[in-house]
Amino acid sequence: MTDRPTPDPLLTPNRPSVSNCCDGFSRSQAIRSVLAAGRAPVDREWDPRMPTPAGVRIDRRRLLLGAAGGLLSVYGAGRLGLTDRVLGDGIAQAAANQSSTSPILVSVFLQGGVDSLALLGPAGDPTYVKLRPTLAVPATSGLSLREDPSLYWHPSASSFSQLHNAGQVTLIPGIGYTDPDMSHFTSRHYWEVGVTDAELETGWLGRYLDVVGSPTNPFQGLSMDGQMNPTLATAKNPVAAIDQPDNFSMYINGVWGGAFEWAMDSASSLGDAQRHSHDPAIAQVAQAASEVGIVRRTLKPFVNANGGPAYTSPVTYPTSVASDFPQRLAGLAAMIAAGVPLRCVALTTDSQFDTHSAQVGTFDPGIKLAADSLAAFQADLEARGIADRVLVHVWSEFGRRAQENGSNGTDHGAAGTGLLIGSRVAGGMLGEFPSLGNLDVNGNQVENVDYRGVYCSLLEQWFDQDAAAVIPGARSFPRYQILGTGAVTTSTTATTTTPTLPLGLKRS
Amino acid sequence: MAQLSRSPIAVFPGRFTEADACRLLWRGGFGPQPGQATELAALGLDGAVASLTRPAGPARLIGAPPHNDKGQALDPINVWGDDHCWWLDRMVRSNQQLIERMTLIWHSWFATSEQASNAALMIRQNWMMRSHVLGSFHQLLLDVTKDPAMLLWLDGSSNNKYSPNENYGREMLELFTLGADRGYDQDDVHQNARALTGWTNEWSQESGPTDFHFDPTLHDDGVKTIFGQRGRFTWVDSCRLAVHHSSHPSFFVNKLWGYFVGEPISASDARALERTYVEAGFEIRPIVEAILRHPAFYEGARLVIPPVVFCAGMLRASRQTIVTTDWSWVAQETGQVLFQPPNVSGWNYADWLDTARWAGRLIAVNTALEDRTINTNSVHYPSGETPSQAVANALHYWGEPTLSARTRANLEEFSRRVQRGITATWEVLPYREIRQNALRALIPMTPDWQTA
Repeated sequence: MTDRPTPDPLLTPNRPSVSNCCDGFSRSQAIRSVLAAGRAPVDREWDPRMPTPAGVRIDRRRLLLGAAGGLLSVYGAGRLGLTDRVLGDGIAQAAANQSSTSPILVSVFLQGGVDSLALLGPAGDPTYVKLRPTLAVPATSGLSLREDPSLYWHPSASSFSQLHNAGQVTLIPGIGYTDPDMSHFTSRHYWEVGVTDAELETGWLGRYLDVVGSPTNPFQGLSMDGQMNPTLATAKNPVAAIDQPDNFSMYINGVWGGAFEWAMDSASSLGDAQRHSHDPAIAQVAQAASEVGIVRRTLKPFVNANGGPAYTSPVTYPTSVASDFPQRLAGLAAMIAAGVPLRCVALTTDSQFDTHSAQVGTFDPGIKLAADSLAAFQADLEARGIADRVLVHVWSEFGRRAQENGSNGTDHGAAGTGLLIGSRVAGGMLGEFPSLGNLDVNGNQVENVDYRGVYCSLLEQWFDQDAAAVIPGARSFPRYQILGTGAVTTSTTATTTTPTLPLGLKRS
Repeated sequence: MAQLSRSPIAVFPGRFTEADACRLLWRGGFGPQPGQATELAALGLDGAVASLTRPAGPARLIGAPPHNDKGQALDPINVWGDDHCWWLDRMVRSNQQLIERMTLIWHSWFATSEQASNAALMIRQNWMMRSHVLGSFHQLLLDVTKDPAMLLWLDGSSNNKYSPNENYGREMLELFTLGADRGYDQDDVHQNARALTGWTNEWSQESGPTDFHFDPTLHDDGVKTIFGQRGRFTWVDSCRLAVHHSSHPSFFVNKLWGYFVGEPISASDARALERTYVEAGFEIRPIVEAILRHPAFYEGARLVIPPVVFCAGMLRASRQTIVTTDWSWVAQETGQVLFQPPNVSGWNYADWLDTARWAGRLIAVNTALEDRTINTNSVHYPSGETPSQAVANALHYWGEPTLSARTRANLEEFSRRVQRGITATWEVLPYREIRQNALRALIPMTPDWQTA
């Protein structure tokens, strides 16, 4: 039988491992400022209940890639230029065929199940106050809803309120599906695949790309999570994952110039040759290797000689040590402006909204960062004159229990809140705020807008695509008015640095 | 050599070759050290499997102890990222490879993140899991249920009779024992959460969360109905009811099989393993021993090796140990940071690669080669090396891994291309060094190696 492991001498605690939850906040601020300076904290001196800043390793990585990029540029100089390189045919072709009005859908996932009764609440409703003794949204002046003045936005979501007042947010306060599943994984999966089927392995946007996409352009479905986003999972056409365009630079120690390019080509060509291998594991590696070749050549213009971003944003994005979500959106706006042939883009927030306990500590900063970042993204697109091409769909896997629990948090619920953001959305409200007097048997809010109906409507109105080819049972779901009918306003383009795509790739 | 348990399913009938031993070392451990596959193959199938599943005595860590970039010993409890490097080091150096690999499986199965607690509690959990790796799943579940890091992660110590919190009660059924919607409903989740009430902890100025204990006054001692059974159930009953639920054996066998074999288990094999599992009182070892000897393990499809196995495997193949804590942030780029699974369902073993994580693996390769980069001003590098010899030398560096003919041809073509492509005079002297550096980086990035 297994022997009990011998204690490891390395693990003898020689000092307290964590400390002080009383002044945790000030300590956490101190830690975050250390992180902001680009250094790793030397100990874990913060409130252990405070989530570890998600982006904690990102800054160090940037430093390293920055150094590597510098190294390459010193040695590689002109040889690393793209003048003698041939871009992936698919990219070049897709970019050339892309019209300056090709629509792009951006799917933003707020992970963990956003508490929609904390995002938006009937502040004066006695039932609400009773259900939410500590977590009720206050009646803040200026944050009430035009369509229903008894509803108030959470103060941290004031950016959503402003966009909504400007007609750039369609609010869906009761989105979900019948027989809601309260498992994160199951419900999130249902949303990702666009059908309540636990077995389906393609995302709803992935299936759209299989219908209309190209077999050679991975940018048509771009995850900006640093890894695959299941919403984009295709059955046949390629998609790609990056985090920020300027972070996708590569190096090999002690290899530069032509040899570096040939080495990367060698790896990609091995991928090209085997991406359709009958062995799924070989195919998975080969496909990644093959697409890396295309992605790295396309993104090269977005990195400057120091390994930093070779683009600037016309607006200021929020910054957070815990998350690079706003910077990913900034990179996305620059890529759209440069004419990278995108169709569907997916991002996940770093903030976790699974707020079973001590909810305000995570929900409030999380929703603020999401709202402020998305508002900056909208302003960026407007300043670049490309806002009409982009629609953002914000979703979460479920709402939360109407009655808060005893841990100052909320358990898994059913109907939740969705948002559609953009210059061309209809604005106002889709469906209605689900009544607190009509909760389901589990004490959850009941949906009145079906998420699959929203998907079908997006496909038909935004992409001009027959939904039946993408969403199983499309005909059975209601349709909603997604786009506005009014005139579209475009603002003037601000002065920004936008990378030039090589080889005649067209800028929009 | 200890006797293996009798396998209730088919046993690989072929000759146990070096290639089979290689697969066993990659799936039951963290890859071969140079020459290790030959030694293991000589033991035959049963001997090789027994050497993994029934190691003698305490584990030994062989080779130089790990240190950070300044040459200082790791401080996994107090320094950021050192916890990742501490366990990675065990993966590289332990002579009981399957014990570490199984610990990794339980870490993903009962995925707990230090984002809710701290490294000290995570490492305590890690030792707890290591002590149960091949023992009783029932006992493992009991210990996980009262494990401090888990109590914090899934709010077990916030769950009391005054304010029930369903978090652990739900995931225990959905992710740990039965599978989503397999023979329970929301009411079972709620009642299970009631049964689990009573665990709590204190918070201290000095050490944060502390004094995890069961407080009977916080426990809901009323009658609960779980899976149709009534009783004044406690957390012990909750674990018992879950492992005795009729959906549990199939969930256990399927999930465990999936960590080792690239194709689904047949219905008859699954039934046989489920029976053995129940008859053996929920013992894990007989099931692992049967899976490691099954023909599908050796003849079935390849599997992409998980990122942390990839990193440990490179260090093992090149006889290195941990000399930099860069491995902790490299892990982030590859998509697998120890003690920080992406969520409570653990890592997705079917999806390890895309463009971003492929690029992350290249960073890992650079890290493994960091101190071995050939100085391009070196005058010692063999000046007459041909393109084929360059490939052979690079393969030797990694312990002679087996590559397909196609892959080998691809590397040789690259090798010739470098030689052809020399145009500037400054390139003539260092090109062999550059070429060797590139070849060494390319080998672990091949589909062959990544699915070893």
